[in-house]
Amino acid sequence: MKKNTTYMDSVHTWGRIWNLSMMLILLAFPVVVCLLYGVLPDWKGLVLGLFATAPMYWAVGVIETITYIPMLGAGGSYLSFVTGNISSLKLPCAINALEQTGVKASSEEGEVVSTVAIAVSSIVTTLIILLGVILIVPLSPLLSAPVLAPAFAQILPALFGGLGVVFVSRNWKIAIAPVTLMLILFVCVPALNAGTVGIMVPVGVVFTLLVSRLMYKKGWLN
Amino acid sequence: MTFDINSPILFALVALIIAAVLAQSVFFLVKAWRRGVAIGMEKKKLRRIAATAAVFTIAPAVAIVISVITLAKDLGLPLPWLRLSVVGSLSYETIAAANAESAMGLTFGQAPDLTATQYVTIASVMTLSIMVGIWLVPVLCKKMQNQMVVREQKDKKWADIMSAAMFIGMISAFVGYVFCDVSTVLQGSTAGLIPVCVMAVSALVMLLSGLLVKVLKVQWISDYALPVSLLSGMASAIPITAWLG
Repeated sequence: MKKNTTYMDSVHTWGRIWNLSMMLILLAFPVVVCLLYGVLPDWKGLVLGLFATAPMYWAVGVIETITYIPMLGAGGSYLSFVTGNISSLKLPCAINALEQTGVKASSEEGEVVSTVAIAVSSIVTTLIILLGVILIVPLSPLLSAPVLAPAFAQILPALFGGLGVVFVSRNWKIAIAPVTLMLILFVCVPALNAGTVGIMVPVGVVFTLLVSRLMYKKGWLN
Repeated sequence: MTFDINSPILFALVALIIAAVLAQSVFFLVKAWRRGVAIGMEKKKLRRIAATAAVFTIAPAVAIVISVITLAKDLGLPLPWLRLSVVGSLSYETIAAANAESAMGLTFGQAPDLTATQYVTIASVMTLSIMVGIWLVPVLCKKMQNQMVVREQKDKKWADIMSAAMFIGMISAFVGYVFCDVSTVLQGSTAGLIPVCVMAVSALVMLLSGLLVKVLKVQWISDYALPVSLLSGMASAIPITAWLG
């Protein structure tokens, strides 16, 4: 279905303005601190720090951008790549909203639904963090209590248990191959863990697309 | 001016940036909401989507607050507040800060009295390393979305399968991750089974919710099934960890 050109064009125009402005604002933070305190960065530390950090995150950033844009929709993409926590919060939130309303991600209604869900999620996250910062003194001992630590350590399994059962049961033919592959890889390769799961998302997406295409061509998904 | 990692001026700067992020979210919310109403979506439906998203977000957002508290011990409160409200995550920020500190001869977790020079160096490394998505989305988003529209016009059925396949691909990576420590059972540790059991509880609650929706025909159960399964899974982690950890 072709989306309304005016609305989508407007989303892209405003998205570009917002994201490029946010990029400049974020870059301005260290610059303003330098000006306020009359200092310069430790150039050697900056270059070495960037050298140790940036190449991997830039590469992952490019792959994540290409992987997530088709799933998040236009408005959702512009917002999510500013507010972050995409795979653990924004995307599950959008997927759940699409599931809840029964609309397709590629439809105009789907674009509206995912943008509303991601925007609300971003606002609530920002406000909760703000509240946490304001109340950090009374909250710190409570949130850092050892009794609650296991609950916060298991957010991803708790999230993907619920989400997984819905999607895998509805698309079980498509799900068999990627779930099997990921189980084998994560169980057998010690380097795959919480720190590397983000890198495996694009691998899972590309593999599933290839297998689905093959199954579709063979007529196994009719 | 004397530098302090918790200086009020740093709080003020960060608050301004967070306000801009909030403004962007509100802008897109209002824009999408108006469009939804214009194309005939019921306001009640839009409110349901918003309410579910808000409830679903609470627990993960509290986990982000814990990450802010963790990083604040080393970097003060304003910088983690900024970094975790915009783009970042605990693992990324910790690695970026640790690399920047290490490059200046400091040890992450043991540098409570940062100078202004060290602070801006760390902030610069954290900011520059995570910027890709923010500028790449404006470059690629429109082209990719247009390609999707063309693909859908050519073969609608494949476009639907492709959409489902992308979601399944992402979910399968996280399902695999849940099992990453299962092999430790062979060494006599049952801790690797904790995430598997938590995922099973969450999946079971989701299935029960689906069953209740079918039997009782009550829509709101379906709306809140994911947040409820998330919270149930998290709550179950406490006794499961005590048992297997």
